[in-house]
Amino acid sequence: MRQRTSRSPVARWGSTVVALLVLAVMLFPVYWMVSTALQPHSSIASADLIPTSPSLDNFRTALDSQGGSLVTSLVVALGAVVVCLALAAPAAYGLAQFGLRGGRSIVFGTLITQMVPGIVVANALYSAYAELGLVNSYLGLILADASLGLPFAIVLLRAFMVSIPSEVVEAAMVDGANRFTAFVRIVLPMSRNALITSGLFAFLFAWADFVFALTLNTTDDVRPVTLGLYQFIGAHVSDWGAVMATAVLSAIPAAILLVVAQKYIAAGIAGGSIK
Amino acid sequence: MSRTTERSRARSPRVRALYRWLFVLPALLYMLAFFGYPLVRNVLMSFQEFTPRTYFTGEAPFNGLENWRAVFDDPLLKDAFWQTMVFTVGSLVGQFTLGMALAVFFSRRFRLSGPVRAVLLLPWLVPMVVSAVVWRRIMDEDHGVLNSFLETVGLSSDGVPWLSSPSVALLSVILVNVWIGIPFNMVILYGGLQEIPEELYEAAALDGAGPWRTFWRITLPMLRPVVTVVLVLGFMSTVKILDLVLALTGGGPADSTQTLGTLTYQLSFLRLDFGQGAVVGNILIVISAVFAVLYLRANRADQGSGR
Repeated sequence: MRQRTSRSPVARWGSTVVALLVLAVMLFPVYWMVSTALQPHSSIASADLIPTSPSLDNFRTALDSQGGSLVTSLVVALGAVVVCLALAAPAAYGLAQFGLRGGRSIVFGTLITQMVPGIVVANALYSAYAELGLVNSYLGLILADASLGLPFAIVLLRAFMVSIPSEVVEAAMVDGANRFTAFVRIVLPMSRNALITSGLFAFLFAWADFVFALTLNTTDDVRPVTLGLYQFIGAHVSDWGAVMATAVLSAIPAAILLVVAQKYIAAGIAGGSIK
Repeated sequence: MSRTTERSRARSPRVRALYRWLFVLPALLYMLAFFGYPLVRNVLMSFQEFTPRTYFTGEAPFNGLENWRAVFDDPLLKDAFWQTMVFTVGSLVGQFTLGMALAVFFSRRFRLSGPVRAVLLLPWLVPMVVSAVVWRRIMDEDHGVLNSFLETVGLSSDGVPWLSSPSVALLSVILVNVWIGIPFNMVILYGGLQEIPEELYEAAALDGAGPWRTFWRITLPMLRPVVTVVLVLGFMSTVKILDLVLALTGGGPADSTQTLGTLTYQLSFLRLDFGQGAVVGNILIVISAVFAVLYLRANRADQGSGR
């Protein structure tokens, strides 16, 4: 639609104004969350539109009650990233380069898994976890949360690794490296960007997980912040300021990554869905 | 060093094939455990009798079709099914239409279009439970900012019971989900728009086609594969949503926002009847699978005849 770029400067600024209006409407809930969190007495009545005397009191309350949950979320999400990449990277390489018999069915199966609802997985996993003693455990939740990012990671990494010339790896093998060493020393560094992208999404998916946290835990031993937030609003909400402060804290990773890793996020959305 | 090379060269093809499979095997086993096993297990569970006692004894005897009968006898299943459909279709229509409008709009390259497009992703990246909690406050009947706004601009004098009335709640949940899904639709459709060759638009302009005609005759047909992907992915991820509904309404008021997802959760994890939960879970999977197959097949046939 390049023919439109020749429009007058007024028209072009007009588009910018419209875009900013769209942005204001779309991001109003986010603004409202931050604004309410900054107002200490927003508990019963509605908060003011603009926090005239902002304070961090709500964040103090939020950290007191949900600080541990934030740490739990971080541990679980990082654990899920490790599991996810450790499984996905070699598998993606194998599926991209080895021409394995049945490889195509595995790729297709990987795509299909995205159809399986989390609550169905949880339903069956719960009884298996109960027998294995994995209910209320970090390991159990990390393993389950890794399933949220794994199919995506395999699809994305495979799409990238298909384009790695096999001569590169073979050259290393002539020098004496076995296939696995060559994979670690040559293929992984070459796939750095794809690894970062899939790791990022594995982190975001696990951080946002609610279904597994809710169903695979019966006590508060392992309570990520999504679950903490849900319990916070569960019964009778008396302190909306603190709830919103908790919401802000749980949204921070997404906001940081959006700023720092914009390039990878755009690549991830495009790569994971079009392939 | 050279000895290792020789040895690996000397391996039989079968050993080498096995060695290559080792790369794929861990992920394959994981997926069998975390996707394959649950699918099979859910089918079995739907024919087993689970009671709260099962948790201690581990005994869940097979009981034939009893769970299926119980679930289908409950009028709630029909309600949950239709509400799931209305929620899914309503969400997709809203997300797709607005996402498409924004994608076309952002294709005119104007100042700040890149950064604004990037920041718009935030609603999609924030955990769904967080969005639900924030909207729950915004849509509060008495203290919510949405009703104060409507009052101020004179659109409504008495507060709309967004989440507290059985006749409005489902619409409210859809509205929130549309808000969450717009960015994803926009980004993918925008990517698709960039792939359409410029010459087609130039030709259309020479033929004197207006913007609306150009959109229907060129943009939409060229975008077809991307549209399929967006809608199929959207359907599969929307039909199973649980977080949003649980945190926004908990399935209420009066079960008016109960979906197949929330029903599965309630049967299994609140009533501890995993057998009946499995029945609803199986229905959910069948719907998802049938839709995906039908849509993909229809689309392939369509593309074949079009060429």
